[in-house]
Amino acid sequence: MEGMSIIVKKVSQLLAGLIFVYGIYIILHGHLTPGGGFAGGAIIAGAFILLILANGSSALNLKKEISGSSNTESLAILMVVVLAMMSLAFGVKVFFSNFLPKGEPGELLSAGVIPLYNIFIGIEVAGAILTIFLALVIFKEESSK
Amino acid sequence: MELTISIILGFMIIGAIYALHAKDLLSAVIAMGIVGYGLVICFLLLKAPDLAIVQIVVETITLVIMVAVVLDSTRKEVEIKLDRRTIINILTGFVVFAGLFYFFILAIQNLDPLGAHSLRMSEAYVEGAVEKTGSVNLVTGVLFDFRAYDTLGEAVILYTAALGVLTLLRIKGKK
Amino acid sequence: MSVYILSFVLFLVGLYGVITRRNLIKIVISLSIMEFSIFMILVLVGYIDNGLAPIVDPASGGQIYVDPLPQAMVLTAIVIGLATTSMLMAIAIRLYRKYKTFDIRELKNLRG
Repeated sequence: MEGMSIIVKKVSQLLAGLIFVYGIYIILHGHLTPGGGFAGGAIIAGAFILLILANGSSALNLKKEISGSSNTESLAILMVVVLAMMSLAFGVKVFFSNFLPKGEPGELLSAGVIPLYNIFIGIEVAGAILTIFLALVIFKEESSK
Repeated sequence: MELTISIILGFMIIGAIYALHAKDLLSAVIAMGIVGYGLVICFLLLKAPDLAIVQIVVETITLVIMVAVVLDSTRKEVEIKLDRRTIINILTGFVVFAGLFYFFILAIQNLDPLGAHSLRMSEAYVEGAVEKTGSVNLVTGVLFDFRAYDTLGEAVILYTAALGVLTLLRIKGKK
Repeated sequence: MSVYILSFVLFLVGLYGVITRRNLIKIVISLSIMEFSIFMILVLVGYIDNGLAPIVDPASGGQIYVDPLPQAMVLTAIVIGLATTSMLMAIAIRLYRKYKTFDIRELKNLRG
């Protein structure tokens, strides 16, 4: 899969950073505004997919990318389980209980552990979608050779 | 409200029927996009902005994956000859549809009409939810506090699907 | 009531595709259409007239909000739908590479 024309490459490089930052905003404000881990993770994966589609697969080392994305995804889901286990150690001994202080509703630093869950679920969703997409791209590359 | 959503649903049904009957697989995939993006507009009208954001991104990624697969293989639709088995399939299908439709009409007799929903089970998720979870967004509160097990299961399904795709596409099969 | 019936008609269109089509890609499309109609019914059930989107404003009380429970369920279901669709596409492309066809009836004859 080769890349597209130079105009598409430049515009996609300019836009991908903005889309990435928007995804991070959606994740971090998941408990205040519409959005959250699922939406933000999908948007971040979309930014990477845009870059790969525009620049072609020869621009980057696909094997390294796919091992990186699948490792990130595995670590993120492990962290979700670890966070849920940590609530067994602190505060009320219930799986998935909210053990951090709640804070003032409506502030950025509030809602206890919910922003942390949002962040790790976001990383997990982004990693999973990117792994699936990269696996399809590598399959296409190897079979066309 | 009911009329607007009915019109959008009508467009979605037309798009779905076209997607099933298109001769070219690429136009079938694009026609599926009509259904998905129509759903986004319905979600926005029904006051579900979280779902609209997720659906518009997920629909785009699904279309990218499906277009990649179709362009990588063949665009030709399998031609369907009306032999005996196909006709029996279609007739059986219509009998099943009639039965399902009858039972659906029976089932929605007990449902509240659109817009007059009474909070039965989710009363506990709305009343005092901000004090209990600290999250202003009620959907996030339900997702990560009251029903966190659902979310964990969902994340595990996504992880398993990624593993499954890796296993399917990255192994070297026997020639 | 008409919106529920139209959503169910959309479900039946998807079911018709699963039963009668013979192309693997068309079957995946039909499954996606069935998924979408179920999302539609679930969100329609939770809608309340003049309700606000479920984002609470701490300053003002006494507002009516749309039911957040069906929305949370549909949110997980959408992402699961993406996962299942991409897995089905992976199976389809793998089968095409081996047998050079998407026709399920021919795939059945080639078994063994």
